Amino acid sequence: MSRDDQPLAAVFASLAARGQKAVAPFITAGDPDLETTLQVIEALDRAGAAVCELGVPYSDPIADGPVIQASYTRALAAGFTLEGLFATVKQATSKVTMPILTMVSYSIIYRRGIDRFVADAVACGLAGMVVPDLPLEESDQLDTAARASGLALVRLVTPTTPAGRAEEIARRSTGFLYCVSVAGVTGARSELPDGLVERVAWLRTKTDVPVLVGFGVSTPQQVASVTAVADGAIVGSALVRRIGELAASGGKTAITAGVTQYVSELVTAARFHPHDRRDHTPGN
Amino acid sequence: MPSPTVPPAVHPGPSAAISEVPDALGRFGRYGGRYVPETLSAALEQLQAAYEDARADPAFAAELDQLLSAFVGRPTPLLFARRLTEYAGGAQIWFKREDLSHTGAHKINNTLGQGLLAIRMGKKRIIAETGAGQHGVATATACARFGLDCVVYMGSEDIRRQEPNVRSMRMMGAEVRPVESGSRTLRDAINEAMRDWMGSVETTHYIIGSVVGPHPFPRIVRDFQSVIGQETLLACRRDIGRLPDCVVACVGGGSNAAGMFYPLVDHASIRLVGVEAGGRSAKPGDHAASLSFGQPGILHGSLSYVLQDADGQTSDVHSVSAGLDYPGVGPEHSYWHDAGRVEYTSVTDEEALETFDLVARREGILPALETSHALAWAVKEASRRPANETIVVCLSGRGDKDAAEIARLRALQGAD
Repeated sequence: MSRDDQPLAAVFASLAARGQKAVAPFITAGDPDLETTLQVIEALDRAGAAVCELGVPYSDPIADGPVIQASYTRALAAGFTLEGLFATVKQATSKVTMPILTMVSYSIIYRRGIDRFVADAVACGLAGMVVPDLPLEESDQLDTAARASGLALVRLVTPTTPAGRAEEIARRSTGFLYCVSVAGVTGARSELPDGLVERVAWLRTKTDVPVLVGFGVSTPQQVASVTAVADGAIVGSALVRRIGELAASGGKTAITAGVTQYVSELVTAARFHPHDRRDHTPGN
Repeated sequence: MPSPTVPPAVHPGPSAAISEVPDALGRFGRYGGRYVPETLSAALEQLQAAYEDARADPAFAAELDQLLSAFVGRPTPLLFARRLTEYAGGAQIWFKREDLSHTGAHKINNTLGQGLLAIRMGKKRIIAETGAGQHGVATATACARFGLDCVVYMGSEDIRRQEPNVRSMRMMGAEVRPVESGSRTLRDAINEAMRDWMGSVETTHYIIGSVVGPHPFPRIVRDFQSVIGQETLLACRRDIGRLPDCVVACVGGGSNAAGMFYPLVDHASIRLVGVEAGGRSAKPGDHAASLSFGQPGILHGSLSYVLQDADGQTSDVHSVSAGLDYPGVGPEHSYWHDAGRVEYTSVTDEEALETFDLVARREGILPALETSHALAWAVKEASRRPANETIVVCLSGRGDKDAAEIARLRALQGAD
């Protein structure tokens, strides 16, 4: 395993030792404000989340459904800036051990400058990046900068990715591999798609890094079925919706309490499954 | 931004024609590319393959040519604008009459081509975005002709100001879906169409309406629109007896300009001018002139000039013209801009509105508000040039769609 995914590798190894799969919650930075985001990150850590994916609000997020779009719009309207993001992550990483990744559009990275963005990310303690609009063909520059700085560059495989290409993506992903469950935008769905289990099992044979499933995962039952085969589940829209509703109705205490309860249930659902007989050691 | 070691943008050597773009990765110099979610990668590869296959198939060209002739009414004429030339008192002004195309604008050239590609790919559902509604109408038209399902995304602000086009789309069986996010204009309509495509990509083709978006769209749309420039070259030789001195077109995303300019860029003697929307003023948020005021950035899947803030958030833009009300521009325009091959300038809302009236009264043509930007520049420039020079304006579309909105704006001004 390469040096660059060590913080993440340590987390997955420790989870495996405890018979636990990863729950990786996604939240929108700055919704409703960055102070609350900091409190939510601490709540996620306490609830047992393995990794936090911090979404960077973007004005034109074409991969996101209405829930995350609306949260981005709220955060930008509330004055979100990258400077604020990096400052918040710096505070958070001094308080929690859970690795924090950022989910960020390449538009934002490019505008800031690849080297500058990577330097800022390292300085505040981010463990890596998920860049949903950066396909393999365009990623060499960021990949080089991230590897040189020890930042994970988590890549995504989707149901429309042909097998050969999926292998290449799996091989080049660092930190973990993000398996998108459905062809479509982010958002909770009532059913997980057919064939997902087989796809995840196949992907696990193509990479040394853990495979996490995201898009459309929201309930403890879905987390349980996803983590029966995958190394973890990413839960985004359902959590972002909850935070948005609690911010509108109950205030900040209600947000952290609600997040803690919800994520704790997901973490319980992601316990080791007795019928899951595969080797749990990441990097095997 | 690229590191200082990256060489400057475009320096075509003596052997490199400026038209020899894009490369295999969809690069026009440093611009273009494909910055999209992985979900769309396979469909873009499929489109690229289908397009290469179609280009090599004489039957494809024959079918498209037949449609352009009998369905669209091509070639469109080149008209000497006698009374507008007299008014300007200088160079001769000629109109390339894209407004005479079926559906009233150049957009149909692209939608027929892409519609045929969709059929070749076995896709029976079409989605599109539209700003002014011209591309929406052209897409609805192609879908009706080919028997394809059609959904058009349109910002609710644009639905309001381009209502006649909304009615036409619905009459031809298209579903027009209002977009309420963001500024409720063209940029948001593209976002929404992309999101639809994320979930429907295996059965749906997205007919993007301009030379924007991820590779291979900028190239495909340019190629289908290049019939404008090709016909212009032929008509100039026939009707004027020589190449024009200057050719001007309006630029939002830039499809009529790209189609007009591309066949001309290797003719170094022709001055090419793209006119962007100068809006109310040069202040951020008051205009939509990406090449005049923006910087390189990524929007809607490609690297090009874009209006955005220091954090990379797309800026709000403004233009009286819904078709130019867009914070980005096609990557090939950025390439031409940096190479110095095409000059880009801007014209304000008020100048465009005045020119709409002028052309209506002196030429008996209601030009689209988009086109009125190019016309405004042409009239100003003609007045400064000698009478033996010629300026060709790409008269990209007709302005019936704008009549009600112009009347409303005039009434508001009257009430001030």
